[in-house]
Amino acid sequence: MRQKFINKITLVLSTLFAVGNASAADGAGCFGPTKEKEFSANEYISHHLTHCTVDTPIGIIHADSVFYAVFMAVLFLFVFYRFAKKASAGIPSKGQSFIEMVIEFVDEQVKDTYHGSSKLIAPLSLTIFIWVFLMNFMDLLPVDMLPKAGEMMGIQYMRVVPSADLNVTFGLSITVFLLILYYSVKIKGVVGFAKELAFQPFGKAMLPFNLLLKIIEEIAKPISLGLRLFGNLYAGELIFMIIAIFTAGGGVMYLLDLGMLPLAVGQFILGLIWALFHLIIILLQAFIFMMLTIVYLSMAHEDH
Amino acid sequence: MSLNATLLIQMAVFAVVVLFSMKFIWPMIMEAIEERNKNISDGLAAAEQGQKKLSQAETEVNSLIKEAKQQATTILDQANTRATSIVESAKGEGTSERDKIISTAQDEAEQELVKLRESLRKEVAGLAVSGAEKILSREIKTADHKDMLDDLAKKL
Repeated sequence: MRQKFINKITLVLSTLFAVGNASAADGAGCFGPTKEKEFSANEYISHHLTHCTVDTPIGIIHADSVFYAVFMAVLFLFVFYRFAKKASAGIPSKGQSFIEMVIEFVDEQVKDTYHGSSKLIAPLSLTIFIWVFLMNFMDLLPVDMLPKAGEMMGIQYMRVVPSADLNVTFGLSITVFLLILYYSVKIKGVVGFAKELAFQPFGKAMLPFNLLLKIIEEIAKPISLGLRLFGNLYAGELIFMIIAIFTAGGGVMYLLDLGMLPLAVGQFILGLIWALFHLIIILLQAFIFMMLTIVYLSMAHEDH
Repeated sequence: MSLNATLLIQMAVFAVVVLFSMKFIWPMIMEAIEERNKNISDGLAAAEQGQKKLSQAETEVNSLIKEAKQQATTILDQANTRATSIVESAKGEGTSERDKIISTAQDEAEQELVKLRESLRKEVAGLAVSGAEKILSREIKTADHKDMLDDLAKKL
């Protein structure tokens, strides 16, 4: 029993250092019976970091990311649409009050920063805030819960946090980037936008340098947006997995094994601490994504 | 960790979600919020107006009461003066009437006195004359005297 405990500790420690090597096996396929394998922390983590990839006519897609992202989008639209349909100027119900609070909060942020006339910015910000938050929230579900359920239904790999997928975060940030370009051209005109790229910030003499600087600045926007969200959520997910290694692989039997009790308690405490901390992070990241979108779009509207 | 078609799907979903929330969610909820805000501010304004009107009415009522009080005082004063003057004039009239009555009575009494005196004087003169006549007649004739006295007595 004691030997088992020590083995486990070394396993956790070795995993902490070996995570970098745990490369996700991309294109590993998704459906089919689970192959029985000897449990190893490395295997556990790399398994959890593998997407459920599906080959489609438009290319390889991460079916899990798409499913959960769409699921959260539908949840967002369903709940908000229900309250929007019932919204009245009379005394609001508690649910309506909450929805209105969220909307007024977003509206306030938009009005503080953005002074253009576009009717798109506010709903866009609301969508980003709520959707990103909901996708982030998937991170707080126990890491093994949905993947295990999936395995029972023949889905071998499943990552439940869409915002820990680069495709998803870049899908958002590139869309925002396209909007930045659209509004830049719409407000300043093609010539005006080109002039801004070429002649700022150092005047006409430094044209190539200006151009380089401006292009980097513009491209940095979607990249930083996408990577920030991805990085935070990916790291959060990874830490939950590492915490899960304490008792992972043992199944329900660990609950009967007194020697493993300290590990179980340790996992509980660490998991709780990280979950509480992560709760702040997921909200904050959703807020930051929304705020930066508003800032970037209002910058696109400003004519110098 | 690779970029693939998931990105395109995510962008498409994002576009649809944003359009949906722009068309069907945001305007409806904002409308409700703005309408309620308007209702509330209208209500507050109405309440303020009501309060203002109330205080206005109060001052009006106060000034009315004050005026009424003043009027009452004036009326009372006037009535008092009037009563005093009526009493005064009645007193004056009474006095003058009394004086008049007294003077009339005095005059009448005086006239009566004069008349009486006159008639007395006449009577006295008559009596004196008749007495003198009687005395004169007796001196002359006792019988005549007696007759004359009887005559006189009969006349009396």
